[in-house]
Amino acid sequence: MYTKGLGIAVLALFLVPATLPLWYDAAAGRARTAPPKLELPAGKKACIEATDYMSRYHRELLARWQESVVREGRRTYVAADGKAYTMSLTKTCLGCHTDKAHFCDRCHDYLKVEPACWRCHVVPPKEGT
Amino acid sequence: MKLGRREFLRAMLGAAGACLGGRILGPALASGVPSVPVTGQARKRRWVMLVDTAACDKGGCSDCIEACHRVHNVPALPDEKERIAWIRSLPYGQVLPDERAPLVRDNLGRRSVLALCNHCENPPCVPVCPTKATFRRDDGIVMMDYHRCIGCRYCMAACPFGARSFNWRDPRPFIKEINPGFPTRTQGVVEKCNFCEERIAKGQMPACVEACTEKGLSFFDLNDPAPLNRNTLESRYFVVRRPALGTGPSVFYLVR
Repeated sequence: MYTKGLGIAVLALFLVPATLPLWYDAAAGRARTAPPKLELPAGKKACIEATDYMSRYHRELLARWQESVVREGRRTYVAADGKAYTMSLTKTCLGCHTDKAHFCDRCHDYLKVEPACWRCHVVPPKEGT
Repeated sequence: MKLGRREFLRAMLGAAGACLGGRILGPALASGVPSVPVTGQARKRRWVMLVDTAACDKGGCSDCIEACHRVHNVPALPDEKERIAWIRSLPYGQVLPDERAPLVRDNLGRRSVLALCNHCENPPCVPVCPTKATFRRDDGIVMMDYHRCIGCRYCMAACPFGARSFNWRDPRPFIKEINPGFPTRTQGVVEKCNFCEERIAKGQMPACVEACTEKGLSFFDLNDPAPLNRNTLESRYFVVRRPALGTGPSVFYLVR
């Protein structure tokens, strides 16, 4: 172990820049930003499935809807509670969650993800505009 | 134990029977798993379109094209080379090059004929697609799944009818008024007519059929037991595009 000092130096050389953002935030006295809080749209009591399921698996759900509508021509989704919904991102999801910026983008921005949905799907125009 | 010839044959026959039985019964037993309930669709449908070239000639308009491109957010690109069209009007000779016979009698050559995706029974665009973005549904509609399209344009090379267009650029700035009820496409995907699949699902007629003031377009289910208007059809001569290619188009043209 003659090169112990060198090894530690190299390790530090890697670790310091890699963890720099954490130190930077700690030095600036900033706490971790709290994740955005989910809010139900005004006048609604629940989403089509349980909130926990929706926040965790909405991508899988939407991917299933997409396959079902486009490839199988089946457009009705039966939720766990037996209620039927039209499988449509813009009509069903955004029909309730009318504010895309508040509902979709806030969380996606927080997580720095950029879903490609809106390159093709059209955000429904707000009523009265 | 020593097997006689007869015992051996009997045992083999039994084993073969068991294997076959498994093959046949296996899927049937597996499908006993409850699946998502399917709404409606008891009878298998087979959608076809009938284009009356005479009515189209009489009208001389482009109502159908405009209606289609409006509801499907088809952009109007200024450059001819980048043009995107789901349905368009072409000279007779380009659309029906094999049908020269009616030309002799009726001088149809000057007619413009509507051209759109033929929704072939044996679509050449489907097997070439590396991602299965293009596929044929049971009801005869050749669909595109834009989510899967990678823009390789094999389908465009395969289609003998030039029914497909490629998005060389973001189409959104070139759409006059975006219909929020239908998605746009994005740069790098191929697009084409979908036989108004989204409208049929709601029980509506395709946009072009609805828009035609000359009643030159009709759309129906070949498997529909209700009789067509045979009087008008039986006395007419109708053809499909490039029949020798064997693609089996679902768009029929009434030539005379």
